[in-house]
Amino acid sequence: MKVVLQNLTKIFPGRNKKVREEVIAVNDFTFEIPDGKLIGLLGPSGCGKSTTLYMISGLQKPTAGKIFFGDDDVTELSAENRGVGLVFQNYALYPHMTVKQNILFPLQNLRGADKLSKEEMLERAENAARLVQIDTLMDRKPSELSGGQQQRVAIARALVKMPKVLLLDEPLSNLDARLRLQTREEIRRIQKETGITTIFVTHDQEEAMSISDMIVVMKEGVIQQIGRPQDVYDDPTNLFVAKFLGTPPINVFEGRVEGGRLFVGADAVLDVPGVADQAVTVGIRPEGFVPDENGPLVCALNSVEVMGRDVSVVSTHPAAQVPAIRSIINTDGGLPTGAEVRYSLKPRKVLLFSKADESRIRFEVK
Amino acid sequence: MVESKHKWKAWIYLSPAIVLLLIFTVWPIINTVRMSLLEGYNSMAAVGGATYDFGFGNFKQVLEYNYFLRCLGNTMLLCVLTVPISTILALLIAVCLNAIKPLQRLLQTIFFLPYVTNSIAIGLVFAAMFNMVGSAFGGENEIIITAGIINNVIEFFGGHAINWINSGSSYAANVVVMVVYIVWNALPFKILILLGGLQSINRQYYDAARVDGTSRRRVFTRITVPLLSPMLAYVVITGFIGGFKEYSSIVGIFGEDMGPAGAPGRLNTMVGFIYDSLSTQQGRASAAALILFGIIFVVTMINLYVSKKKTHY
Repeated sequence: MKVVLQNLTKIFPGRNKKVREEVIAVNDFTFEIPDGKLIGLLGPSGCGKSTTLYMISGLQKPTAGKIFFGDDDVTELSAENRGVGLVFQNYALYPHMTVKQNILFPLQNLRGADKLSKEEMLERAENAARLVQIDTLMDRKPSELSGGQQQRVAIARALVKMPKVLLLDEPLSNLDARLRLQTREEIRRIQKETGITTIFVTHDQEEAMSISDMIVVMKEGVIQQIGRPQDVYDDPTNLFVAKFLGTPPINVFEGRVEGGRLFVGADAVLDVPGVADQAVTVGIRPEGFVPDENGPLVCALNSVEVMGRDVSVVSTHPAAQVPAIRSIINTDGGLPTGAEVRYSLKPRKVLLFSKADESRIRFEVK
Repeated sequence: MVESKHKWKAWIYLSPAIVLLLIFTVWPIINTVRMSLLEGYNSMAAVGGATYDFGFGNFKQVLEYNYFLRCLGNTMLLCVLTVPISTILALLIAVCLNAIKPLQRLLQTIFFLPYVTNSIAIGLVFAAMFNMVGSAFGGENEIIITAGIINNVIEFFGGHAINWINSGSSYAANVVVMVVYIVWNALPFKILILLGGLQSINRQYYDAARVDGTSRRRVFTRITVPLLSPMLAYVVITGFIGGFKEYSSIVGIFGEDMGPAGAPGRLNTMVGFIYDSLSTQQGRASAAALILFGIIFVVTMINLYVSKKKTHY
């Protein structure tokens, strides 16, 4: 089932009665989510991603705009009639019911033509439990489960009624690092197996990048960029997106373009054909630095961190906006030593942004 | 852990409380047991040098005393009627109060007013509301002048005035008045507890239920009530304990005669019986008090046992 959001807007009235200040949580959101895909809504806290999710679920009403499931306008439909499955951030498992009762609960709500027999309900509950691999825990109470297991129960409860759309609100935020890694694969697997259009909300870019078919980067209620994770990472439309994606984050410098060459500080570091002369903000991905004895970018070396596979070099540069430049290098040429380190740059990893509005300035890469 | 050489300090800090508890709680309990086991004990006579045999005569006497059994019956009846009614009503009111946004604070305050009002005063008001002036024994043609608002309302809707609490009223009518009064009096505390409980239930359970298309009824029976069960258990247990100690409400409505004119003592309760016996027959009063204690103890144990099975903590 594809989901279409049309000019979706949500405005919360101001809390302060004297100053009627409205908060625009979601601003004119237009986006089509293709059928059967896993979509990550990504953004810092307060960017309106959860509000978008709750509007899709029907728990919150949009101030303006429309929501379509397939070709049906569901904007006015209340949550109970939309047929969505929703997994809450803290799972919201009913604490007084066993796992089995929790999973059965949505099925027991079905009335009329959809009403199921006891056997059918049990079978479907067991199938859902098997899908998320909790079929051995059916008689436990949620309090007797680990965080990861509770998460699975919540997903099973959302899936058991075979929703048209599955919504996950920060599904991994309550799990520890290792479990998070494992569970996100799990969510991916379950989504692939069921083919249900799934939308999940996260502030963790790594999480979104790793499992989404498509990510939507949001800031203050406005969509910044939509695309496949790798495309958004490689080709961000503005400085915000570039900064938000990637660990370690992109390194930002003050720079200027003169005669088709990019200067960082006094050094001409790269040819950037087709860019008019102007001051720019330069973003360089950590993997864009190549240690080079004759490299144009000269940085003061701070430290070298070896983290297993990666070697991360921390250095400083007077033109850098960040206090420490972090670059990830391959170690074939040995570790950098001494007081300074020189880099040449990979052109595809260097991104230019306008000083005026932080939008991307593209240049031709030879 | 307090080091042993400082233990005496701890005892000094505790001593005011311990002394007060010993004098006003522990000793009275011991003394009650002692008096109940001395046959026909009377404290005035005891001061005068009378001695009493040790035995269970007081208990036997109390249990064989019809008036005591009547008081016991009244107490049980009022308990069994008022605790469920007030709990269910309080639950409904609390759920409704919790569901509305405007005026919630105001209504909450109004519902709480009975709690801060003296129960004797409330009793007098209720007595006035149920009152009836005129003769119930009159012939067909005698006009009965009703004064209480309840009878006015009944007559307004074309009913016949009922003699609720005056001379010649029936036991059933008396009990109805008492139940109305006790329930009304018991509501505020229960509403307060249940409303607090409701407001502490995570909203997300309701959101989750909504997304799953749960009917309101099912949300109430399968989510609200189970999640509220600890508060419900608390309210029921304290309700029973309070119910067995019912006394001032009867005084409020019927005065110290504990019954309508012409039938004194008809609505007397166990605590009333104990008070009555206290001036002259302390032995009997002590025995009755211990029997009351035993009953409350057993009922509370049953309550706890049931609630342990049904309650989700």
